[in-house]
Amino acid sequence: MEGRMPETPALGLDGLVGGLREVYRSGRTRELAWRRSQLKGLISLLTEKEEDIFDALREDLGKHRTEAFRDEVGVLVKSVKNTLQNLEKWAAPEKAPTPLVSFPATALVVPEPLGVVLIFSCWNLPLGLALEPLSGALAAGNAVVLKPSELAPSTAAFLAANIPRYLDSEAVKVVLGAPEVGEKLMEHRWDKVLFTGGARVGRIIMTKAAKHLTPVALELGSKCPCIVDWLDSKRDSQIAVNRIIGAKWSTCAGQACIAIDYILVEEQFAPILIELLKSTIKRFFSKPEDMARILNEKHFNRLSGLLKDHNVSCSVVHGGGMDPKTLSIEPTILLNPSLDSDIMREEIFGPLLPIITVKKIEDSIEFLNSKPKPLAIYAFTRNEALKQRIIKETSSGSVTFNDAIVQYGLESIPFGGVGQSGFGQYHGKYSFEMFSHKKAVLKRSLLIEFMFRYPPWDDRKLGLLRHVFRYDYVSLFLTLLGLRR
Amino acid sequence: MATEMEAEICDALYADVGKPETEAHVHEISLVKSSCLFALKNLKKWMKPKKVHARLMTFPSTARITKEPLGVVLVISAWNYPLLLSLDPVIGAIAAGNAVVLKPSEVAPATSSLLAELLPRYVDSTCIKVVEGGVSETTALLELKWDKIFYTGNSKVGRMVMASATKHLTPVVLELGGKCPVVVDSNINLHVTAKRIAAGKWGCNNGQACIAPDFIITTESFAPKLLEALKKVLEKFYGKDPLLSEDLSRVVTPNHFNRLLDLMDDEMVSDKIVFGGQRDEQKLKIAPTIFLDVPLDSAMMKEEIFGPLLPIITVEKIHESFGLINSMTKPLAAYLFTRDSKLQKQFESTISAGGMILNDTSVHLTNPHLPFGGVGESGTGSYHGRFTFDAFSHGKAVLHRGFGGEAKARYPPYSSAKLKILKGVLAGKLGAHIQAILGFPRGK
Repeated sequence: MEGRMPETPALGLDGLVGGLREVYRSGRTRELAWRRSQLKGLISLLTEKEEDIFDALREDLGKHRTEAFRDEVGVLVKSVKNTLQNLEKWAAPEKAPTPLVSFPATALVVPEPLGVVLIFSCWNLPLGLALEPLSGALAAGNAVVLKPSELAPSTAAFLAANIPRYLDSEAVKVVLGAPEVGEKLMEHRWDKVLFTGGARVGRIIMTKAAKHLTPVALELGSKCPCIVDWLDSKRDSQIAVNRIIGAKWSTCAGQACIAIDYILVEEQFAPILIELLKSTIKRFFSKPEDMARILNEKHFNRLSGLLKDHNVSCSVVHGGGMDPKTLSIEPTILLNPSLDSDIMREEIFGPLLPIITVKKIEDSIEFLNSKPKPLAIYAFTRNEALKQRIIKETSSGSVTFNDAIVQYGLESIPFGGVGQSGFGQYHGKYSFEMFSHKKAVLKRSLLIEFMFRYPPWDDRKLGLLRHVFRYDYVSLFLTLLGLRR
Repeated sequence: MATEMEAEICDALYADVGKPETEAHVHEISLVKSSCLFALKNLKKWMKPKKVHARLMTFPSTARITKEPLGVVLVISAWNYPLLLSLDPVIGAIAAGNAVVLKPSEVAPATSSLLAELLPRYVDSTCIKVVEGGVSETTALLELKWDKIFYTGNSKVGRMVMASATKHLTPVVLELGGKCPVVVDSNINLHVTAKRIAAGKWGCNNGQACIAPDFIITTESFAPKLLEALKKVLEKFYGKDPLLSEDLSRVVTPNHFNRLLDLMDDEMVSDKIVFGGQRDEQKLKIAPTIFLDVPLDSAMMKEEIFGPLLPIITVEKIHESFGLINSMTKPLAAYLFTRDSKLQKQFESTISAGGMILNDTSVHLTNPHLPFGGVGESGTGSYHGRFTFDAFSHGKAVLHRGFGGEAKARYPPYSSAKLKILKGVLAGKLGAHIQAILGFPRGK
C-alpha cells in the first residue's frame, strides 16, 4: 500500500487549472490515439493493481474482495473495454438530413470535447464513481481533474499515486483534500462538472458553477423503493429474496445510491417475505467479513439514531445489533415503522430495511409517488399489467423488474436521476456524451443562390418563401417559372 | 393560431422591433408552423420506447429506454424573436407531455400581450399558461419549483437563472449569446459571400439576433474587396438611404439604441467607420455600419454587439483568425467562407462553437435535424426538432429480468471459486456464464 500523497495546496490550484488548459489547447487530448492510450492505461491500472485496490477498499469500507471485484473493478474493466471498442464510432461525426431547398448542403453533428472537466466522486464506490466518469471524459478527449472523496482516504491515496503512473499525468490530475479543497476548485471555471453525492453539497456545487456558467451533472441520492408482489412459486420467492439481499446488504452494507431503501409488500405476503429474508440472511452472512462495515462514526451514529426513534425501535423484526467498535450493524429488518419517522423520510444509506405493507400491491404506486423521484425503482412481479402501470405512472432514473442493482453494469442504458435524484446521465455511450459537445456543422456551396432570400422584400418573394417553408417544392418550381402566383 | 392570426402577429412584431413583414413571416411565423408540423409528424416515433442491447451479463433480460415528461416546466423567452423563441421551446415541451408556463419578454410588450391573449384560445389553458411581467415577476417565478427551466437571453441573466435553479436542483437549458465570428478567405465567390453575410447580419432583425455575424476576420489584402462587395450589396438591399428602408428592423428600445451609439461613437473606433453611421433617434433606427480594424480591446470587440454595427478585423494570414477566435469565449455560431477544403477542415476541428456553417450564415437554425445550442459562455443544452422533445423529457431506463438465470456466484458467503466465476462473467466469457447460470459453485 502506497504512502499518503500530500494534499495539493490550495494556492497551487490556479497553476493546476491553468496548466491543464494549456495542455488541452495543445490539442493532445483530442487525438484518438491519446484517448485510446488513456483507456488502455486505465485497464492496466485496474488489472495490475487489483490487489492494492482490494486492500484500499477493505481499509476504507471493509469491503470483501469479491464484492469489490463485482461492484467496482470488474464492472469498470468491462465498461472501459466497451468504450475502447466503440470509441471510433462514438467520436465520428454523424450525418443529419438536410431539406432539399438548401441543396447542395451537408449537415453533420460533430462530437467534440468540452475542454477541462472536474469530477467529484463519492466514498461508497470510491473507485467506480471516480473511474467510470473518468473513462468517459478521457474517451471524449478532455483534460480531467478528479477529486475523490476524503472519506475514503485509502482509495483516494491509491488514485493519487497510480493515476499519474498509468495515465498522462499532465492531462489527468488527482486533487486530494477536505471539502474546502472542492469548494476552492469550484471557484474556477470548468467546461463541465460531475458531482456524485448528497443534495446539500450538490447545491453548493451548482451555485458556484452558476457564477461561471459551468454546466453540471448531479448524481444524487434518493429512497429507492422495491415493490414485492405475490410470488406463487417458492423458487421465484427465493430468487427474489436472494436478489433483494444482494441489493441491500451485499452492496456496501446498503450504503449505495441504488441500494434498495425500503420494501412495499401486501400485508398478507409480508410474513412469508420476512421469514425467507431471515433464513437467507443467515445463510449468506455466516462470515462477518462478507458484509462491508459502516463508513465512519458519524454515519454509524446517524444510523443508530434512526433506530433509536421510539416509533421505530418497536418495529424491528430482525437484527438491530450494532457494534460501534467495529462500526458494524447487522442486517436489520423493520415492519411498518412510523411513516413520519426519519427512517421513512430520509435516505437510509445503511443496512436497515423497512418493510411497509399495503392492502393491495397497486397501492404501492401511490405510496412511492408521494416521495421525491428516486434514482431507481425495483419491482418483483410476474404481473404484466402491474409492470406497465409502474412504468407509466411513476418516474425514476430507472426501473428494474425482478432484480436490482444489475442495471448499473449494463452499458447500453443510461444511469442517472430525475427530479431530486439529480440530472445528467452516464455509463457507456452516455459517459462519452456527458463530456462532449455536439457541434452542428452545416456546409453549403457557393454555387446555387435563391434571389428570394434577400431584400428588398416584396410580396412575390414572400410568396416564394412560404412555399419553401412548407417544403412545397412543386409550387415553388411553378411559381419560379411564372406559372403560378 | 400562427395561421389565423398572421396579421395580428406581424403587427405585434412590427410594434415591438419594427420587424419587416417578410422577416416576421420567414423567421418567426413559418418557423413556428414548421416546428409544429415537424413535431406532429414525428411525435409517435419520438415517444416510442427504444429497445437496447441487454448483454450476456444480465441474460435473460430486455432493456428499453422510455421517454417520459419531466413535469411542469418554465420557458423564459427573449425580445428579438419574441414569437419564435417563446413558441419553439413550448412546442417541444408540449410534445414531450409537460405542463408549461411561458414567460415572454417584457421588452417586446405587444407580442407578450398577444401571446397572453391568444394562447389560451388555441391550446389547453389549464396546462399551458402565459405569465407576463418584468424582473420582479421573473424573479418570483424562479423561486418556485420547476422540473426544467428553459431560458433564452443574455449570459448575465443566464447566471441568475442557473443560480435560482439551484434551490430546487432544477436542470436548465440556457440559450445565450456570444460574438459570432465570420472568417472570410479570399478563395470564394465574393458576391454570394457578401449577400449571405449581409442577409445574416442586417437581414436578421438588423443584427439583433444571437446568431447574427458579430464581426468579420479577413486578410489585410482582401479586406478592401470584401468591403466594396458589402457596400454594393447593402445599397441593393436597402437603397441609398437605409434609414428610409422598410426592410430594416429598428433598434428595440432607447436603452439599446444608446448602448449601440456608445459603441459606435467610442473614440477608440469612431474614426474607423468606413460605411454607414446614420442614425435616427426618433425612429430608433441605425443604418448598417461597417468599421475597419477597430482595436481588439475596444468595447465593440469585447461585448456582443447585437446591432447593425459590423467590425472587420484584418490579419496577415487567414490562419491567424483561428487563434483570435479561440482567445475569446466560445460563441453560439461561427462562420467561414472559403472553397479551400483544408481550411474548412482546420476550422471545424480547431474552433469550438455551438454550431458552425461553411459558406453561409444563420440558416442552420432552420434545419430541425441539427441540435441548436451553445457551449461555454454561449450556453448549455440544445433544442430544435427532436432535440427540443429530448430537452423536456427524461430517458428512463427500464430493465426486465426474469426469474431464470439465477447466479449463486453473486451472493455471499464469498469464496475464491465464486470470485473466479464472477471474473469470467464480467469478462464476457461464455463458459463462466454457463457455470453461473447453472448455479456453480455447488454446495454453499
